[in-house]
Amino acid sequence: MAVSVDEAMSTGPVRDHTPPARRFGGRGRSVLEIALLTVLAVVMLFPVLWMIETSIKENRDVYAIPAKFFDFTVTLDHFKDVFVASSGRSALSASFLNSVVVAGVSTVLATVLGVPAAWAYSRFAVKAKKDQLFFILSTRFMPPVVVVIPIFLMYRQVGLIDTKLGLILIYTAFNVPFTIWMMKGFVDEVPAEYEDAAMLDGYTRLQAFWRFTLPLLLPGIAATAVFALIFSWNEFVFAIFLTSSDDVRTAPPAIAGLIGGTTVDWGLVAAASVVFALPVLVFAYLVRKHLVAGVTLGAVRR
Amino acid sequence: MAGIEVTALHKRYPDGTVAVEHVDLSIGDGELFVMLGPSGCGKTTTLRAIAGLERQTTGDIRIGDTLVNDLPPAERDIAMVFQFYALYPHLRTRDNLAFPLRAEGLPKAEVRERVDEAARLMRLGPLLDRRPRRLSGGEQQRVALARALVRRPRAFLMDEPLTNLDAELRADMRTEIKHLQGELGTTMVYVTHDQVEAMSLGHRIAILNKGRVEQIGTPLEVYDRPASLFCAAFIGSPPMNLIEVEVADGKLRSQGGLALTPPPGLPRDRCLVAGVRPEALEVTEPGAERSVPARVVSAEWLGDEIIYVVDHGGQRDVRVRMPPTVRFAADAPVGLRHTGGTPAVYDVSTEELVA
Ligand SMILES: Nc1ncnc2c1ncn2[C@@H]1O[C@H](COP(=O)(O)OP(=O)(O)OP(=O)(O)O)[C@@H](O)[C@H]1O
Ligand SMILES: [Mg+2]
Repeated sequence: MAVSVDEAMSTGPVRDHTPPARRFGGRGRSVLEIALLTVLAVVMLFPVLWMIETSIKENRDVYAIPAKFFDFTVTLDHFKDVFVASSGRSALSASFLNSVVVAGVSTVLATVLGVPAAWAYSRFAVKAKKDQLFFILSTRFMPPVVVVIPIFLMYRQVGLIDTKLGLILIYTAFNVPFTIWMMKGFVDEVPAEYEDAAMLDGYTRLQAFWRFTLPLLLPGIAATAVFALIFSWNEFVFAIFLTSSDDVRTAPPAIAGLIGGTTVDWGLVAAASVVFALPVLVFAYLVRKHLVAGVTLGAVRR
Repeated sequence: MAGIEVTALHKRYPDGTVAVEHVDLSIGDGELFVMLGPSGCGKTTTLRAIAGLERQTTGDIRIGDTLVNDLPPAERDIAMVFQFYALYPHLRTRDNLAFPLRAEGLPKAEVRERVDEAARLMRLGPLLDRRPRRLSGGEQQRVALARALVRRPRAFLMDEPLTNLDAELRADMRTEIKHLQGELGTTMVYVTHDQVEAMSLGHRIAILNKGRVEQIGTPLEVYDRPASLFCAAFIGSPPMNLIEVEVADGKLRSQGGLALTPPPGLPRDRCLVAGVRPEALEVTEPGAERSVPARVVSAEWLGDEIIYVVDHGGQRDVRVRMPPTVRFAADAPVGLRHTGGTPAVYDVSTEELVA
């Protein structure tokens, strides 16, 4: 008791001096802070803002010089162009649908494969567990571009080039390690005694997992799945290398494909980008609490 | 209901840790059997092997007449209470209790009846509709006990079920568990590292050390004649004094001159240690009859008693339990007198009881 009081006394004054931020006078500091943050926010958000603005400007205003910030006519034509073309459905809308299918299926697959694997790694004595886990993690160390050529050659051999299945498989392969690592953290936090108790109560191990551990893991699964979904949704390198036809292409290469002709329809590019960004934003918002936990490694202790 | 036989149990974890070296236990039908030992001695591992949650490396486990080595936990018909209660967090108390019964597929009416009975036994009435999060530690503990007994298993296994409770509640629950076990007459294996709990609960106690059984006996036997130096140092608070002695003219004599009655059949020519309980000694005025000189090193006032630590013939940690009315100042020269009967005597080299 006495010791702790002494400690508190001795560290008290020191602690008051340590944080450098405190050296600025209260007011001056907050003004400076706010100014810096404002600059930062403008720099970060301006492209986003500009994208949204461009998507609702008429072409005339898009190309106007000097650029128009406020006094332009609002139109939703670009958004219409994203979805419908003169011949019926647009190629872009087909690519969005492809993105939904590819990202959705690969996320489901990664979850279905990764969650039980994470459970097994967390609960059972697996031979060379640490090495295995490190190996699994190491597949995420290298940038995807490194393997794109070999994958391309392999896919050409087995006929997976320019197929949705090909993309789904490669995204699943990238998401499974991630899912295992992230989910292992969540499973570790659920005490094994729940399953022990359930097994003594007359359930098999699988039933115990299914009925007791799984429900407790649902928030973690949701967060992990959103991460996987965002990865697959945003993925560009494999998509552009492994697919070429319009009815297989996902949105990122399709949008990129809009740029590069003699003229660029910036309004359409911007509108397509807005549509593309929306689902990710919505999902990220829904699981924001877990995203922070995941980023700060709160989910992957041990 | 059934007894439990554990024969030559050995458990080695895949990482090479030997948690249980060699354990033989014979637990009678209806017995409250306590496994006591320091942290890491293999108590939990033994218990989990009996439950079937851990497969032993070698050895046999029998519950009743059945060899259960290859039976999954679900088919062993036993219930376990964990140190961390493992109540299902998403279920209300009522459903937590009903769960094992629903797993058996009992009819609704019977489930209700049994849950109510268990709730009555453990006085859970007002808690039935709460989830574990909204229960205090003691209440969670009662629910965990109720969940164990609702199934009417052949045996209860308890792994330090009271460790997370405060001292007062722990004493209450101890009484409750003992009473309940007596009432139901179900075999119970109770694991603890708290010797007070072991002494007050157990019909018999097994003392484990480093994966081996050091001694099995009733609380009285274990207290009076610890089978090894380890047990002697483990049981009792403060523990037994271990005093080096020599056999001289028909007496056991310590270096400080304390003379003890030797037990019959003492071996010759060996280094011996006598185990003397603190209450078998007495601090007296210096020079009192049959006393030998000693000096008070320190004294602990515990309210109902005083523990004197005295220096006797160079051994500075001899503990003596005295009533609170007898007061000696620290550093005072005093006399030390043996008032107990024949002490337990140990061989220093084997660390075992020799007589
Ligand atoms: N799953 C495991 N894998 C490897 N070693 C283990 C495992 N579980 C326990 N051990 C080791 O086995 C030994 C005995 O463990 P056990 O849990 O049986 O001890 P205990 O007597 O219950 O201790 P405590 O009083 O601390 O609960 C310890 O050294 C422990 O580190
Ligand atoms: Mg234990």
